[in-house]
Amino acid sequence: MATLKDIELKIQAVKKTRQITKAMNMVAASRLRGAQTDMEAFRPYASKFAEVLGSLAEKAGDESSPLLVPREEVERVHVVVCTSDRGLCGGFNTNLIEKAHAFCDEQSRKGREVSLTAFGKKGRDWMRRDKRTIEDEYLGVVGARFGFNEALTAGRKLVDGFLDGIYDEVHIVYAAFLSMARQTPVVKQLLPIPPLEKAEEEEITDENQPYLAEHICEPSAPELLGELLPRNVYVQIYNALLETSTSEHAARMLAMDNATKACNDFIEELTLIYNKARQAAITAELMDIVGGAEALKG
Amino acid sequence: MAGSIRLEVVTPERSVVSADAQMVVAPGIQGEFGVLVGHTPFLTTLKTGIVRYTDSGGQEHFVFVSGGFAEALPDKVTILAESAEISDEIDLTRAKAALERARKRLEEANRQEGIDRHRAKAALERAMFRISLKGG
Repeated sequence: MATLKDIELKIQAVKKTRQITKAMNMVAASRLRGAQTDMEAFRPYASKFAEVLGSLAEKAGDESSPLLVPREEVERVHVVVCTSDRGLCGGFNTNLIEKAHAFCDEQSRKGREVSLTAFGKKGRDWMRRDKRTIEDEYLGVVGARFGFNEALTAGRKLVDGFLDGIYDEVHIVYAAFLSMARQTPVVKQLLPIPPLEKAEEEEITDENQPYLAEHICEPSAPELLGELLPRNVYVQIYNALLETSTSEHAARMLAMDNATKACNDFIEELTLIYNKARQAAITAELMDIVGGAEALKG
Repeated sequence: MAGSIRLEVVTPERSVVSADAQMVVAPGIQGEFGVLVGHTPFLTTLKTGIVRYTDSGGQEHFVFVSGGFAEALPDKVTILAESAEISDEIDLTRAKAALERARKRLEEANRQEGIDRHRAKAALERAMFRISLKGG
């Protein structure tokens, strides 16, 4: 049976933990706001870009760029995995890594060679543990303040690698931010660029539909498309990084909120035990005194 | 034709300019072009350089852009760029440092293989435009 002092110490320890989880919750909340602002800021660019690209692709045809053409034999697949650098965010990284793991294994089963790029320390650590081929790692990006440049650097390498025939396909695994409580790991194909149907879906919401029809293009539409397609890859990567960052903060906020709640429950429970123990001690002491008095009367 | 054109300069990170302009001049890949109200729909990639526009008050503004493309519509010009800065925002010391770095890199690239000359040149160009815009 724990003594009164022990319980008291335990309560204090849990209170300190609660203080930390509470603080982490608040930090995550403020970072989340920052990440969401970045996402908002990216939206005008992304939607305009998708709009222009979608209609350009329609105009120029599918075979106008090597980035659009699927390889007949896919032998080498490259996977970019976005995770966070830091833990304490619930099952966030585990889910991402599980998704990446399943995807890589599936590719391996098809007899394809898989190489990896890591965004985030957790993903990198997993790759190392698993002894996989790591081509590149970028730490200190996800979850921190980063710009388009990071996506550009990584994207250029991937596009070059694809064009040089080092990779036949490039995919990216990241956490899609659906809502504060829901972030799902998804796999998306970066290269060859899948038919631009998603761009068109977004386009339908816009009022002007086939609006590029009467545009003068300089240089010609296929050339212009060739210029813009690599950028599409950077845009996709940037988007994936933004979503993963936002998701990370949301996941951490939730995890820390739960931890704080668990601390509260624990403290309540311990206090109850403490009070019971205290009362028991008092009762025992009282019984002692009464017993002693009775004996003296005797 | 009276009226103004809406100019939007957008990067992935933020919206840099959102203003009404009388005229916009931008460095297209096949030469500089100017846009007034009622321009034919036009789409082009941009060189690294400077976009000029005259606001409704007749004041001229300069914006540095790199890695971008522009779409002109009769009443609107949209410029999507990888990076863009209004002249006031340019950090002269940073640009000068970047210029030095790019120069060194280019020299190295001339001496040895493996360094991307293209990129070093592009960096040099960007730094030079930034500095010239700032008048340094």
